[in-house]
Amino acid sequence: MNLTLKVWRQEGPATKGDLVTYEMTDVSPDMSFLEMLDVLNERLVTEGEDPIAFDSDCREGICGMCGLMISGEAHGPERTTTCQLHMRTFTDGEVITVEPWRASAFPIIKDLVVDRGSFDRIIESGGYISVNTGAAPDAHATPVPKQNADRAFMAAECIGCGACVAACPNASGMLFLGAKITHLGELPQGQAERSARVVSMVDQHDEEGFGGCTNIGECSHACPKGIPLDVISQLNADLRNAAGSNR
Amino acid sequence: MTDTLSEFFTEGEPIADTKAPKVPIDKMWTQRQFDAGLVQPTNRSKSSVIVVGTGLAGGAAAATLGEAGYHVKSFCYQDSPRRAHSIAAQGGINAAKNYKEDGDSTYRLFYDTEKGGDYRSRETNTYRLAEVSANIIDQCVAQGVPFAREYGGLLDNRSFGGVQVSRTFYARGQTGQQLLIGAYQALERQIAAGTVDEYTRHEMLELIIEDGRARGIVARDLVTGELETHVADAVVLASGGYGNVFYLSTNAMGSNVTASWRAHRKGAYMANPCYTQIHPTCIPVAGDYQSKLTLMSESLRNDGRIWVPKRAEHCDKDPREIAEEDRDYYLERKYPSFGNLVPRDIASRQAKVVCDEGRGVGPKVGDFRRGVYLDFASAIERLGEDAIRNKYGNLFDMYMRITGEDPYKVPMRIYPAVHYVMGGLWVDYDLQSSIPGLFVAGEANFSDHGANRLGASALMQGLADGYFVLPNTIRDYLSKGPYPQVDENSPAVAEVKAAVADRTEKLLSINGERTVDSFHKELGHIMWEYCGMERNEEGLLKAIDLIRSLREEFWRNVNVPGSADTLNQSLEKAGRVADFLELGELMCIDALHRSESCGCHFRSESQTEDGEALRDDEDFAYVAAWEFQPDEAGLPGKPVLHKEDLTFEAIELKQRSYK
Repeated sequence: MNLTLKVWRQEGPATKGDLVTYEMTDVSPDMSFLEMLDVLNERLVTEGEDPIAFDSDCREGICGMCGLMISGEAHGPERTTTCQLHMRTFTDGEVITVEPWRASAFPIIKDLVVDRGSFDRIIESGGYISVNTGAAPDAHATPVPKQNADRAFMAAECIGCGACVAACPNASGMLFLGAKITHLGELPQGQAERSARVVSMVDQHDEEGFGGCTNIGECSHACPKGIPLDVISQLNADLRNAAGSNR
Repeated sequence: MTDTLSEFFTEGEPIADTKAPKVPIDKMWTQRQFDAGLVQPTNRSKSSVIVVGTGLAGGAAAATLGEAGYHVKSFCYQDSPRRAHSIAAQGGINAAKNYKEDGDSTYRLFYDTEKGGDYRSRETNTYRLAEVSANIIDQCVAQGVPFAREYGGLLDNRSFGGVQVSRTFYARGQTGQQLLIGAYQALERQIAAGTVDEYTRHEMLELIIEDGRARGIVARDLVTGELETHVADAVVLASGGYGNVFYLSTNAMGSNVTASWRAHRKGAYMANPCYTQIHPTCIPVAGDYQSKLTLMSESLRNDGRIWVPKRAEHCDKDPREIAEEDRDYYLERKYPSFGNLVPRDIASRQAKVVCDEGRGVGPKVGDFRRGVYLDFASAIERLGEDAIRNKYGNLFDMYMRITGEDPYKVPMRIYPAVHYVMGGLWVDYDLQSSIPGLFVAGEANFSDHGANRLGASALMQGLADGYFVLPNTIRDYLSKGPYPQVDENSPAVAEVKAAVADRTEKLLSINGERTVDSFHKELGHIMWEYCGMERNEEGLLKAIDLIRSLREEFWRNVNVPGSADTLNQSLEKAGRVADFLELGELMCIDALHRSESCGCHFRSESQTEDGEALRDDEDFAYVAAWEFQPDEAGLPGKPVLHKEDLTFEAIELKQRSYK
C-alpha cells in the first residue's frame, strides 16, 4: 500500500518543530507501525537525511517505551501500543499524521521522543511498599482473596507509556496514578502506607504540571492495557479517606 | 582439526573458582555469607557502587545495596528503569517452595537446572540459585507483586517445560513485568531516600580500571551526547544478554553487548559465548522488514499440542481439515514421558527437523515453510474456552494482533528463535569477574544455566543475583577497602574518556554508503546460518571469514549520520553493532572449538545414531573462558582459552534422556 506521512520533526527542545511530509510506497500490511518507520529511516539515511528519532524497545507491547500520536490518537486508531499497531489497520492512500505525546509534563527531546521522567518521580513519591530485601515473611503467611489479587493485577498491568496523558485534553496523569493506587491498595501489604501514598503521589502529580481530571474518559479509552476508569474513582476515594485520617 | 584450531586461538592457564567454601553444598552459601566481611552501618555511605542496567538483576541489586546504605549510581539506556527487557518475560519464575506437595525441593530444582543445562553450569552457583529461590517469592509478594492466586487466597503454581513438578509462580503471561515493576518500585524508593542516584538515557561505553581494579565507567548521556566519568569502589554489570548479535531475536531493540564487551576488552573473561538459547515457541518470521521476533510463553506448551502434517502435501491445507490420523504429534511420539514439555533445545531442534523435512506450515519464507502448529483444540474441548482465555488470554490476543489469525479457532504457528544467552562474562562464586571489583549479574554472567536454560529460571537468576547474592558478596569486597580515591581528572581516566570520544568521532566520520542496520542484518544472517541451532566445522570456519570481512567493511563503509552532541540513535546503534561484530567472531571460535553437542548447541558432527545431541564429557566438561588479545591495531587478535573444569560432587553427571 502507499501512504503519505506527515511527521513532526523538531531538532531539540529549544527549536521550533514542523510537520514534514514523506511519501511511502510498497508498505506491507503485516508491518508494525514502527517497522514502517524503520523502513523510512533506512531510506532517509541512504538519501543523506537525518532519520526520525522515535522511542521503542521491546516491540512486544509491554515495555511502554514507544508512543506516538497517530492522526490525533494516542498509539493510533486501535487500542494497543504503537509497536503492536500493524499497517493492516490503515487503508491504501491514507494520509497519516505522526506527532509526539502532547503534554507539558512530557517535554520534547527530539522529533517524536519525549521525556517521561515525571512518571518516575510520581512513583518515587510513594508508589511502592516499603519492605527491605530479606525482611519478608513466607509468601503464604498472608492470603489475598482472589478477587483482590485479580483487581490488583489488572491495575498493575499499566506499562507507564503515557498514552493516558497524551489523550487527555487536560494532560492529566490520573489514570497512571490511579492504577498504582489501586494496585497497591487492593493488597494487604499496601495498607500501612495507603493514606500517605495517595496524598504524596497526588501532590507530585500536580507539581509535575499534569492537569486535573474532569472525568472525560479519553485516558481509559486510549490505554493500551485497558486500565478502567474506576481506578480514578478509587484514587479519589482514597484521597478523601486520607483527608480524614491522621496519616 | 587441532591444526585448524590453533589458527584461531591459543590455550592459556586453567582457571578455577576459589570462593565457594569447602563444605557440603547445602551449607556453602550460609558459610560464604558468614565468612564475608562486614561493613558497619555508619561506614556504608562512604562506599559506592555503580550498577549498569536496571532489569531484574540490576534493579534489584541497586535497590538492595541502597537499602543497606551504600551509595549507588544506577544506569540504564532507556528513559526509565521500568523499561528494562526483563519486563517482557512472560511465563513465570521457579521457586522450590513445594507448595503443591509434589516432591519438589531445593535439591530437585538444582538437579533439574543442572540437567536442563546439560551439565555445563557450575554446580555451586546453581545450588545457591535453587536455595534462595524460595526467598525471592516471599520478597516479591511482600512488595505487592500480584501473583496468580487460588480462591483460598494462596498462591497458584503451574508446571513449565523440562520439569515434572509445579513450581512456577506466575502473573498471567506478564510475570516479568510484575517482577520488574516490583524491583523498579524498590529502586524508586531508594532514589527518593537518596541512596541511589539514577542516570536514565545513559549508556556505558567504557570501563575504568585503576591499579588492576574496576573503578568506574565512561557513560554517554544519550540526550546531550556528553561523555561522563563516574567512579566508585565497585562496578556491577547487569546489562543483560547479547542475543541481538543475531539481529532477529526476542530481545528488545536496544539490548546490546557493549557494557560486557568493553569490560571483556579490558580483561574480563567471556565464558561460553556460543551458548545461545533458541526458544521453541516464537511467532514465525513474516517478511524482510521484520525488526524483531515475538516470543509466546513456553507455558503454552502445558496445554497446547505440537504437530505438523504427516505428509508434506498437506502443509498448505487449513489445519482444521487435516484428519487426526494425518497429524504427527512428533514430540509426544518421540518423547512419550515429557511429550510437549521436553526442554527447549529438544523442542526447538525437533521443530527444525520436521521443517527441514518439508513438513513445516505457514507462509513460505524462501523455499521453506518455517512453522509448526501449537494446537489448543483439545485443551479447549476439555477445559472450555474460558479456562484457556483465563490462563493465556493476553498471549492469544498478542498472537492475533501480530498474525491476524484467531488462535481460539485456528492452531497457532510457532518456530524457534534466539531468546536468551547462557554465555556471558566469567564470574566466580561471588559473581566477581576476572577483574577485581567488577561484578556481573543476571543474563550478563555465565554461571547458572549451562548449555541450556530451563523455563522460568532466568527471572529467578536475575532476582537471586540482585536481591540476595550480590549484596552479600560485594559487602565482602567493600569491607576490604577503603580503596584509594580515583581522581576523575587523572591521565589514566582522561585517556579512557579520550578513547571513547575518538571511537565516536571515527564512526561519525566514515561517511560510507551502507546503513548500520544493513551491517547488523548481514551479521545476524551469518550468525543464524552458521552459529545458530545447528553448527559444524565447515560452516563456522566460513562464518569467521565472513564476519572478518564484514567488520573490515563496516569500519570503511558505514554511514552514521548526525553529530555526537545530540540524541543520535544511529550513532548508538553503530557503537553496538561494532561490538557485535567482534563478539560474533568469538562466538564462532567458541562454537568451533567445542566439537560436542550440548544443550542448544548442536554440532552436527556429534550426534547419536538416532540424531540426538551427543555430549562429550571426557573432553568438554569445562567452561571455556576467553581472554581478549588485541592485534597491533587494537582489533581482536587470537583470544586465549582458559578452561575451568566443571566438577560434580553433589550431582552425578549423566547423559540426559527425555524419552
